[in-house]
Amino acid sequence: MSWDQLTPLLWEAAGQTAYMVLITLLVGGFLGLALGLGLYLTRPGNLLGNRFVFAVLNIAVNVVRPVPFIIFLVALGPLTRAVIGSTIGIEAFTFAMCFMATFVFARLVEQNLVSIDPGVVEAARAMGASPFRIVRTVLVPEALAPLILGYTFLFVGVLDMSAIGGYLGAGGLGDFAIVQGYRQYDWAVTAVVVVVIVLIVQAVQWLGNGLARRALRR
Amino acid sequence: MSAATGAAAGSIVRFEGASKVFPGRGRGAEVRAVDEVTLDIREGEIFGVIGQSGAGKSTLVRLINALERTTGGDVVVDGVALGALNEARLRPVRAGIGMVFQQFNLLASRTVAGNVAYPLEVAGWPRARREARVAELLDFVGLVEKAGVHPSALSGGQKQRVGIARALATNPRILLADEATSALDPETTRDVLDLLQRVNRELGVTVVVITHEMDVVRSICHRVAVMDRGRVVEVGEAYQVFSAPAHDITRRFVATALRDRPSPEVLERLRARHTGHIVTVGVDEVAGSSAVLTRTLREHGVDGTVVFGGITEVAERPYGSLTVELVGDPAAVESAVAALRDVTWVDDHGRAAV
Repeated sequence: MSWDQLTPLLWEAAGQTAYMVLITLLVGGFLGLALGLGLYLTRPGNLLGNRFVFAVLNIAVNVVRPVPFIIFLVALGPLTRAVIGSTIGIEAFTFAMCFMATFVFARLVEQNLVSIDPGVVEAARAMGASPFRIVRTVLVPEALAPLILGYTFLFVGVLDMSAIGGYLGAGGLGDFAIVQGYRQYDWAVTAVVVVVIVLIVQAVQWLGNGLARRALRR
Repeated sequence: MSAATGAAAGSIVRFEGASKVFPGRGRGAEVRAVDEVTLDIREGEIFGVIGQSGAGKSTLVRLINALERTTGGDVVVDGVALGALNEARLRPVRAGIGMVFQQFNLLASRTVAGNVAYPLEVAGWPRARREARVAELLDFVGLVEKAGVHPSALSGGQKQRVGIARALATNPRILLADEATSALDPETTRDVLDLLQRVNRELGVTVVVITHEMDVVRSICHRVAVMDRGRVVEVGEAYQVFSAPAHDITRRFVATALRDRPSPEVLERLRARHTGHIVTVGVDEVAGSSAVLTRTLREHGVDGTVVFGGITEVAERPYGSLTVELVGDPAAVESAVAALRDVTWVDDHGRAAV
């Protein structure tokens, strides 16, 4: 195929990737932050220390996270069908991405929160702050820079996940590279997609680093 | 004097057989961090809690604002028994007690003014009142020009002054200082201790100071409790505890604060250098001063040369000891020592074996 024919397809694929990645970043980012805070707060000895809840969350994260995404897609099938109504298509695929991203980001969030000096949390408690206020005014602001970097890392992981969207018929840049490039022995197309993805990752990483540096400028 | 007013006032914090037992980790034995402590802290005083690290003093002070809950007995703060309160009802109690920390524990993401404003936000003060109060507090601790700076740009002493301003923001009646000067150099320590003293004198705040440095107790505390392995082994007026320590641990602390007593090695060298009779004589308010010593020796016709020692202040009263070489007729020396024993304590080191 000539580039005249390919270019609109490339734009369409980019649009699909953008859809999948942005929704996953929003949903997975929000739920991951909540789950990560849950892990941190319920760890025995912490603000809402609860051995049982912590064990449940911790095991859930440990079970989901190491499953290769392509297998996870299939394993999640019944739940995807129950929620989305189908196991194929871009919605079904994005649902699975949100799910996985939540668990991946949860661990990142928890690890960044653990690095906060417990003394600062204790000081806030000593001033009569409630756990919710401590989350809002101490934990998140104090860990903001590493959280931004973690979120940037999540973006790269999510973009990586989106590459196999073709497996469920979700399209996207990865699918474009395989269908229009690899399978047509058209290395130029594959190369173009790779370059585009590298440029996107570079741009986002640069943005993330810049925001993190601003958050650290104290 | 504020010590006197402290003594006259009622108790603001009362430990009633309070205990804190931490369960052991794994198969480890449980830890009795605070062991059945009964203690009164009086309104308006500066109360010191001294002990080695691990003695339980940090846990003890955290029972006052319920950052740690008692596992036995109770703690009564301003007439309120904390044991009966749940977490939500404890929050206002905590908000009424200021606390400063060894590592300052300032929020790195907020400016100096933002840090001082934090407890006011928690207490729900409107913005305008908050700003006025922050300005007032920064003026009190002498950091007005640092209002917009982040803590990372401050020295240790400045950070601790921000910590104190923050702890005072909501006009607490009690201020807890947990090793507040232990991370500071001696000069900065002095500044921070002066500030704590001002907080006590000018604002009438009861200050509870946790420390492992007897110097801190010596310079600002009215009364002191000595802790060892979770128990309070001695409590009393700082001056009394210094001049008549009843417990071994206390004696060791006193010795670290006042390096006026000759160690056995020092004594050895003194004997080699001085052939006369060597005695160490206590100097305190009771014994008056070294003037008493001089007069007594003169009356007995004995020559005294100070060879070691020092006099300093405890709770703003003179305190220390002098080690003196006595030269004269053996009988005169004997009677001079006896006369000194009537007014103060004397350690008779005898004379060098010839």
